[in-house]
Amino acid sequence: MTDLNTLHAIASLVPQGSRVLDLGCGDGAMLDYLQRERGCSGYGVELDDANVLACVKRGVNVLQLNLDQGLTVFEDASFDVVLQIDTLQHLRNAETMLRETARVGRVGIVAFPNFAHWPNRLSILQGRMPVTKRLPYQWYDTPNIRVGTHADLAVLAQRNGLRVLDSFGLQDGHTVRMWPNLRAGTSVYKLAR
Amino acid sequence: MLIATPQTMCFDAPLLLQSGASIHGYSLSYETYGTLNADKSNAVLVCHALNASHHVAGVYEGQDKSEGWWDNMIGPGKSVDTNKFFVIGVNNLGSCFGSTGPMHTHPDTGKVYGADFPVVTVEDWVNAQARLLDALGIQTLAAVLGGSLGGMQALSWTLQYPERMRHAVVVASAPNLTAENIAFNEVARRAIVTDPDFHGGHFYEHGVIPKRGLRIARMIGHITYLSDDVMNEKFGRELKDAVLASANGYKYSTQDVEFQIESYLRYQGDKFAEYFDANTYLLITRALDYFDPAKAYGGDLSQALARTRAKFLLVSFTTDWRFSPKRSREVVKALLDNKREVSYAEIDAPHGHDAFLLDDARYMSVMRSYFDSIPKGLEVTA
Repeated sequence: MTDLNTLHAIASLVPQGSRVLDLGCGDGAMLDYLQRERGCSGYGVELDDANVLACVKRGVNVLQLNLDQGLTVFEDASFDVVLQIDTLQHLRNAETMLRETARVGRVGIVAFPNFAHWPNRLSILQGRMPVTKRLPYQWYDTPNIRVGTHADLAVLAQRNGLRVLDSFGLQDGHTVRMWPNLRAGTSVYKLAR
Repeated sequence: MLIATPQTMCFDAPLLLQSGASIHGYSLSYETYGTLNADKSNAVLVCHALNASHHVAGVYEGQDKSEGWWDNMIGPGKSVDTNKFFVIGVNNLGSCFGSTGPMHTHPDTGKVYGADFPVVTVEDWVNAQARLLDALGIQTLAAVLGGSLGGMQALSWTLQYPERMRHAVVVASAPNLTAENIAFNEVARRAIVTDPDFHGGHFYEHGVIPKRGLRIARMIGHITYLSDDVMNEKFGRELKDAVLASANGYKYSTQDVEFQIESYLRYQGDKFAEYFDANTYLLITRALDYFDPAKAYGGDLSQALARTRAKFLLVSFTTDWRFSPKRSREVVKALLDNKREVSYAEIDAPHGHDAFLLDDARYMSVMRSYFDSIPKGLEVTA
């Protein structure tokens, strides 16, 4: 999810000057943008060597840690905002990580591919797992080990006692507020304890 | 090829040591590479570990094979680029590679220090390094860089002289030694001290060297610097040629060298005993044992690191069990608790603790990128 419109749409949810933790920060583009354009500070967490290197190159603080081993290095409410952009679907302990996100950050922002987006539904109706621009993998090689929908996350958030401050879909860089579970390839939630 | 020229700086004024003792009339050996810029803002101090010196990079004139111990990291166009930075390597007090140490003469008594050389700590070394910088006219360092025990010095710099440095690069290090680590040091020290040639540390006047002790100290040290996997890959259960030729598969001797690993360790031990000083080994391992900045804060490292101002890069190696990634993560956590700027790379390398001295593309690139990102200018972050 590297397109600029999407990056800007999510960045606009982060208040000016926030202290940000970006879990699964990739090449650090989001943090770099938040630092330059919104006066934010903070750290990215990343496992992949090439991404860690890209962050160091950009001058973004990055910590090479495995999210599946938890967030024990971070204290409660030590960040204004914790971002989890296209990360949740790769984690074995997705539920724990959602709780941890809300523990460490005063606000958690989670974005992930919405499996209930209509092209995916269509594909399933035809009896095949979807392969789209948003979900470009075959069923046998996908790194997305947690497949969920926009509606599913609302249930999981409630189950864990998290308040949904805002939620919407993103499609082609545009915000989708009407029927996001059907019309958006990406689901976005703003959560708090 | 970078040509290195060792230099010496003499200090008459006494340096008060952490133990309460002091040392005066001492000298420090150092080397510099690159050029100090006009506002003196591009200096990088490199701190060494147990078996290293001020000879960090380059070679000595006419000696092709005399590369510095971190020559793969530091030099023109290398990760720490001496075309951009003015790099300083300094040999620590108590060492046996040039700076005043146990084999030198006490200026008052005219006798060789031997076991009477004062016990020095990481903090003492840092104070001595700061004095050298004073003498060189350098107020603020762009970075302090070190691996292992050298990393401890870099960390200590951020606590002792937070206003004199902008970046700390701490590689394969730890905020203190674990019990197991102290235990390894103690085995090495006992090997030396119980060598009949040690003479309570005054072996120089007996014209002998406790080589047996030094050999064993090096052997055990060497084992802990490697990983099980690397040792197996390199040696496995391979036997020496002479053993292979024997009719029964082994020599069935308890004292012959039969396995390649035995041969390798003995070779490393012999080599080390030729050049390393026994009292230095005791002093340096003791400095390792004592280092513990959290001690004054009831073991709370976060409180201890509150005074740091530098921006940090920490690097650890997955198979390093002597200074494991877990120990680096403790430092990361303490820095996070203090909202300090820090990046941390955990390099998946097979070579154990030794990895910090070896070429690894990911390691070298991270170091290069970090040093490339160090801006010019003197500002110390608030």
